[in-house]
Amino acid sequence: MLTITRELRDHIVAHARKDHPDEACGILAGPAGTDRPTRFIPMTNAARSPTFYEFDSTEQFQVWREMDDVGEEPVVIYHSHTATEAYPSRTDIGLAAEPGAHYVLVSTRDEDQTEFRSYRIVDGDVTEEPVAVVE
Amino acid sequence: MAIEVRIPTILRTYTDGAKQVEGTGSTLDELINDLEQRHGGLRARLLDDAGLRRFVNVYLNDEDVRFLAGLQTQVKDGDTVTVLPAVAGGAG
Repeated sequence: MLTITRELRDHIVAHARKDHPDEACGILAGPAGTDRPTRFIPMTNAARSPTFYEFDSTEQFQVWREMDDVGEEPVVIYHSHTATEAYPSRTDIGLAAEPGAHYVLVSTRDEDQTEFRSYRIVDGDVTEEPVAVVE
Repeated sequence: MAIEVRIPTILRTYTDGAKQVEGTGSTLDELINDLEQRHGGLRARLLDDAGLRRFVNVYLNDEDVRFLAGLQTQVKDGDTVTVLPAVAGGAG
């Protein structure tokens, strides 16, 4: 299960809406070992595409080093799908390389309703998990 | 002295769980071949026939080696090489 504050969830949804129709991406960092995200870090989608996302490699290095310095890890890796459902695509599954992370997908295909779902992706296996939103 | 190499979680199966290992070489290519001697299988996760894998990022100190000389990037004792899997995907 992913436990996330309403504030962090709202940040992700707002980022996805802002970048629509391109895919938005980023992470939520949290203290290592706690499984609780505490810090919102939107990332540049270097692909600037409606069907693909890729973190800018230099920005990724800086963010990862910063997390390492303060004892954090990427608890959540999120991105949006802008014309399809919030379910990992074959590309998402093939490229998922953080077995400890919660992969959050947001769909902005409907203007009024945002799908927000979370998955574990380990060795090509996708498992959806419940999302508990807390205050 | 040697070159320090930081290994991401997903590749630590090749380093007995170690977060960082050491190696030697004068280029990134030589360093990876040196690591392969002690951490068999690692090379194939970093390289394919065309060179560095598209979705593996390798940094010399704080610079992506793609902006340097790729596998021919010069390395020396005291340098830090960091491997990070690219974070990528999308509806496709």
